[in-house]
Amino acid sequence: MAVCIAVIAKENYPLYIRSIPTENELKFHYTVHTSLDVVDEKISAMGKALVDQRELYLGLLYPTEDYKVYGYVTNSKVKFVMVVDSSNTALRDNEIRSMFRKLHNSYTDVMCNPFYNPGDCIHSRAFDNMVTSMMMQVC
Amino acid sequence: MEGLTLSEAEQRYYCDLFSYCDTESTKKVAPNGRVLELFRAAQLPSEVVLQIMELCGATRLGYFGRSQFYIALKLVAVAQSGLPLRVESLNTVKDLPLPRFVGPKNEQELRHTALYSSDADNSTPYSGVIPPPPGRVQVKKGSVSHDAVQQRTSTDQQESTSPVVSPQQSPPTSPHTWRKHNRHPSGGNNERPLAGPGPFWAPFSEAQPGSSTTGDSIWSGHSPPPHQENWVSFADTPPTSTLLAMHPASVQDQTTVRTVASATTANEIRRQSSSYDDPWKITDEQRQYYVNQFKTIQPDLNGFIPGSAAKEFFTKSKLPILELSHIWELSDFDKDGALTLDEFCAAFHLVVARKNGYDLPEKLPESLMPKLIDLEDTTVVPVISEVGDQSGEVGYSSSPAEAPPSKSPSMPSLNQTWPELNQSSEDTAIVHPVPIRMTPSKIHMQEMELKRTGSDLANPTSPLLVKPPDLSEENNMSSSKFVAGNTVADGYSSSDSYTSDPEQIGSTVTRQRSHSGTSPENTAPPPPPPRPHPSHSRSSSLDMNRSFTVTPGQQQAGVVAYPPAVPPRPPPSQGAGPHVHRSVDAESLITHTSTSPQQIPEQPNFADFSQFEAFAASGVNEEEEDEIETHSEVLQVEKPSDSAGSLRVAKTDGRVEDKAAASVPVNAGKGTTPLAPPPKPIRRRLKSEDELRPEVEEHTQKTGVIAAVLASQPSIPRSVGKDKKAIQASIRRNKETNTVLARLNSELQQQLKDVLEERISLEVQLEQLRPFSHL
Repeated sequence: MAVCIAVIAKENYPLYIRSIPTENELKFHYTVHTSLDVVDEKISAMGKALVDQRELYLGLLYPTEDYKVYGYVTNSKVKFVMVVDSSNTALRDNEIRSMFRKLHNSYTDVMCNPFYNPGDCIHSRAFDNMVTSMMMQVC
Repeated sequence: MEGLTLSEAEQRYYCDLFSYCDTESTKKVAPNGRVLELFRAAQLPSEVVLQIMELCGATRLGYFGRSQFYIALKLVAVAQSGLPLRVESLNTVKDLPLPRFVGPKNEQELRHTALYSSDADNSTPYSGVIPPPPGRVQVKKGSVSHDAVQQRTSTDQQESTSPVVSPQQSPPTSPHTWRKHNRHPSGGNNERPLAGPGPFWAPFSEAQPGSSTTGDSIWSGHSPPPHQENWVSFADTPPTSTLLAMHPASVQDQTTVRTVASATTANEIRRQSSSYDDPWKITDEQRQYYVNQFKTIQPDLNGFIPGSAAKEFFTKSKLPILELSHIWELSDFDKDGALTLDEFCAAFHLVVARKNGYDLPEKLPESLMPKLIDLEDTTVVPVISEVGDQSGEVGYSSSPAEAPPSKSPSMPSLNQTWPELNQSSEDTAIVHPVPIRMTPSKIHMQEMELKRTGSDLANPTSPLLVKPPDLSEENNMSSSKFVAGNTVADGYSSSDSYTSDPEQIGSTVTRQRSHSGTSPENTAPPPPPPRPHPSHSRSSSLDMNRSFTVTPGQQQAGVVAYPPAVPPRPPPSQGAGPHVHRSVDAESLITHTSTSPQQIPEQPNFADFSQFEAFAASGVNEEEEDEIETHSEVLQVEKPSDSAGSLRVAKTDGRVEDKAAASVPVNAGKGTTPLAPPPKPIRRRLKSEDELRPEVEEHTQKTGVIAAVLASQPSIPRSVGKDKKAIQASIRRNKETNTVLARLNSELQQQLKDVLEERISLEVQLEQLRPFSHL
């Protein structure tokens, strides 16, 4: 469903970013980068309350004419950004949530790997496979 | 020479060797030099080699043709098996292992033979990887070659010598590279490591006749799943050196005794491993080794190795972090960041395999999956285990017990099925009510209808039998789904009674049918049927016919007794009285008319009949006007006959008599059950009334019937002079008419009831909708 999925670290640098139409990769990178501002905005708006109360799923960050950008942030300020094609009208909010949940689970698995140093780029094959499965559904 | 029968494996192997020796690419002849080298590599005594050459005819020819080469190879195998070299032995010896060659050419041959070793599945070099731990140690000790020599000479089975290769060679990352590496034997360098495997081959081949080239299969390298036998040959691979390096710390720390012991068991394990087809299977010895390693880190076998310790341990293997990370991903089944004993063994196994040049699988092989105690099916275990394990503290034996799916992070692919299942179940639960909606409404409607009609539910008919199964199924499904969904309120309230609905529906149908049976005129949309023929065209005519057939025998009794549903008239005697006198006197007829109206309006609606009766009593002709008036009054009061009344009123001027006549039958139809036939004058009116009111739909039927009845009767003779027979005939006819009218009356009453109910329902709806009118 997604055309681009990115995992952004707490310091706002990408841990993992992958997009389907590879020729437009740079555009997606830019889109994800700009979405970070929106994410921070949402975090700060909701962050007044305790972090626990803040919901992880941020929802639609902002729509462009071609794409819609969804955001999700973990409690450790690791952000997941997903770019979805606007023409995919059948994609519902629940599905986006489930996709983020899967992402979060996979990310947790990556984290559990002692050979993974937090802050490194994610090279896990399992994570790649999961992301591929999510992205391939679009096509 | 003699015909040589070769097995397929042998065929391939020999062909490969031939091509190997065919350095000049002649494809026919193998130069002696190469062949001799090969034979030397077979580690046979030179005299044996010479014997072989002589036997195969190469000596004669001076070169090795293909056939000679094959024969020679076979003889080598024979010799290596320790059998006497005989020409006959070529074909007599069955299950001869492929000739083994040690030396520079070994790897290649091994590879080739591995490729061609058909017995085992192509497994794996991996199996060769397995024994590294013990081997590693041994190599380190440098006793390999020594042992190898010993083994070579002796055909005994075990000995220790680890298959581990000398550490001299850098571990190729893939068998591919290895192969290239070995294609150009660098001479001594290769021999040393090869020497190691050599001895193993011997015992190994002894152990598994026909399994041949353990090492070969390893080298096939293409096939990732390591062959069991290859396990031994693994020792060949240079990667073992790295493997050796991998355990420098751990190995060195351990007592040599243990390593030696483990090494001694290596051969046994090797042999055992060969019997398995699973290349990734951990042999007992290997497992023991892993367990020992596990103990160094975590003394409690049921405990966990934390990730950091495991990381340190495996980092020693000098594998790239990326690969270690992948190995971890594969082996940490429950994704808890810690390794149980099984997970640790799997990880170790994978590391060993990787060190020996085998590509890591994408998925954890089944044989490496941790087996949980609580679960019976090992195949099921992985699925459940991954979902289950939560904390690292839990002993691995009990980890499956804690299997709450809350540990979502375990394999994403599997985890997702859980929440998705839940969601889907919820979704389905929610979705269910939707499609069901249709059925309830239909049933609901039918229920309403049933209630409205106050049906009798006890009539099993074919519709009932046919419908209920379908309906019950739908209802059951719907009801069950409703239970699950719990979303609908109103319309579904009837769903609760679904199970009973089929009966009701069926009963509705039956009731309708029965109803129709009883009163066909009412249920069927009655087209105003003309009543031309005297015979009763309506279905009720059947009854009439029946009744009339009955009556001949018992005219009066039958007629009188006919209308069972007709409420008894209060003054039956009156009816009888005038009935008797009717034919006699015209006035009596009038009185009859008077009485008949009396009798007619038993029902409140027809109280007007009393007026009519009084009016009629005053005389037909004389009081025609009065009758007309009363008629009008009566008619106006009569509710259901409003339209008819208006008509009647309209036609009052025209035909008073007719009106009166019309009113009478109307009244009769309304609900009164005139036991006495209408008086003669009225009858006439009735007759004419038929002409008058064809347009009266409601009563057309009745009137038609009446008219038909009346028409059938000849004009009543008023003359006294008629015989009694005539009188009696007329009486009979009158009675017939009476019954007909009574029947009509009942039907009209039924219609009235229906109309009243409809009116009530409409009024209720109106009241319900009234508030909305204000909006």
